[in-house]
Amino acid sequence: MKSGEKPDPRVLRERYPHVFERPMSARVATPVVLFVALAVFVFGLVDLDFSPSRMLAGLGQLGWIGRLMLPPDPGASLPIYLQALGETLSIAVLGTTLAACVAFPVSLLAARNVIPSAIFRFPVRRLFDTIRGVDTLIWALVWINVVGLGPFAGVLAIAVSDFGALGKLFSEAMEGADRKQVEGVRAAGGNALHEIRFGLLPQVLPVIAGQVLYFIESNTRSATIIGIVGAGGIGLQLAEQIRVLEWQKVSFLILMILVAVAAIDWISGKLRFAIIGRRAIA
Amino acid sequence: MAVAVSILPSQQLAVLNEAYRKAVARRRWRTLLAACAFAAVLVVAAIGAEVNLRTLYTYFGNFVGYFDRIFTLDDGHRVWSNVFEWFWGFKKWIKLLGETLLISYVGTLAGMLVAFGLNFLAAENTSPAPWVRFTVRRSLEFARTVPGIVFALIFVIAFGLGPVAGVLAIAAHSSGALGKLFAEVVENADMKPVEGVRATGASWLSCMRFAVLPQVMAGFSSYTLLRFEINVREASVMGFVGAGGIGQELVVAVRKFYYSDVSAILVMIVVTVYLIDIATGWLRGRLFGAEPRT
Repeated sequence: MKSGEKPDPRVLRERYPHVFERPMSARVATPVVLFVALAVFVFGLVDLDFSPSRMLAGLGQLGWIGRLMLPPDPGASLPIYLQALGETLSIAVLGTTLAACVAFPVSLLAARNVIPSAIFRFPVRRLFDTIRGVDTLIWALVWINVVGLGPFAGVLAIAVSDFGALGKLFSEAMEGADRKQVEGVRAAGGNALHEIRFGLLPQVLPVIAGQVLYFIESNTRSATIIGIVGAGGIGLQLAEQIRVLEWQKVSFLILMILVAVAAIDWISGKLRFAIIGRRAIA
Repeated sequence: MAVAVSILPSQQLAVLNEAYRKAVARRRWRTLLAACAFAAVLVVAAIGAEVNLRTLYTYFGNFVGYFDRIFTLDDGHRVWSNVFEWFWGFKKWIKLLGETLLISYVGTLAGMLVAFGLNFLAAENTSPAPWVRFTVRRSLEFARTVPGIVFALIFVIAFGLGPVAGVLAIAAHSSGALGKLFAEVVENADMKPVEGVRATGASWLSCMRFAVLPQVMAGFSSYTLLRFEINVREASVMGFVGAGGIGQELVVAVRKFYYSDVSAILVMIVVTVYLIDIATGWLRGRLFGAEPRT
């Protein structure tokens, strides 16, 4: 066909039937899915008591609160807040470290290339999944019942809920490792432990270190909230100040959290870069 | 197969060995230093968090005992010996779980809509002006960093107790998280179609609609489904601060020591999260082909 010549629609239609005559089901699918999604959304709005008047009143209230928040002002309790922030950071670091220390040996059991049989793998994986399915705040509630109110309960809550997440990530990192080194060690006469120590660990350690750093970072966020149920840290202060409607202090606390999270992000980004180079972590 | 291995003369070997030892020693030193620094951080953190190993040692029995107790009915039998007694509040709880799911669904969708509206302004390659991009990015960052439950605490005061606050909190947090991911997807999009559309004299809006959107739609929906999974977990604790869902019931059961109720509600939450994970995984597989789950 020469350029500029108008193509005959009938020829095109014959040549590309999948473009011109898509089956009915494919054509209808998108609108139906969109319609159902929208219908559930509207049903949700009605069922959950959204009403225009309520939204308006709420937004007005929110604007009022926003005005009261300015300017952020800690009042006389700045030292307490700084201490609480330190507590939060401590909770994040300790909880993640604890989780990593426990998760590492257990994740070996869940990695297919370390233990080929499924006897351990299946139950361990399900254990990780179950633990991950329960939110950190729920673990915090449970630990408060066990060790009492305070940051220690927070450390344990973060440790337990991260144990699930890290265990899964570690075992996946191990399964992604190259088999050649392990085979090399075996060929040189190493036993199973040697294989793990000299064949597997050097490959996965940088990945694992990167993931642990990333979790410390994200746990700084989680650690700010577990105080809401009484497990220590800056969340406790924040929840208290919101309950007594001290909005200037609230905004100051939120600002502190933002700055702390940004600082931790920056530090862990640098450290990660130093450890694993520009390689992206999963 | 025999291969002759040539061995260097001993002087050369000595030099190489020396260099190797030095390199290894330097690396060892650095690792040791890093380990020491990390240990120091841990000690400081342990003091800061009032970690008391004796407390843990004394009370660890409690932890095991707690799980023993929540799986025991009032009459002293194990919970699974009488499932009806264990799940006596099933009807009430399943309704609250439904509310939890609805909260996370509506919250995710609302957050997605906001993120969808804002991400084109935040992406480096599509933003109309640098100051717009800066403002949108910072506000998304703010929404992402403030935890959902903190939004919930504030919204409960502004909008009153109930699921409305929970939905808005989840929407606010999700819009921040999704906005960033969406913007990254848009930044990875191919710009040639945009040039093509712009060459026809189209406006910015048409460029987005006809050149960028078709490329990024799959990424958007995949991230939204992932977010929905996360939000189901998040919504299960919104009730802790009075923002609707099953959390309210759970916190009451924990605080009032209704042991078997705690385990029943936990089991229901875990099963729901499982099912949602499987369902969204299946859906993503259907929509975007089998990709490895992250």
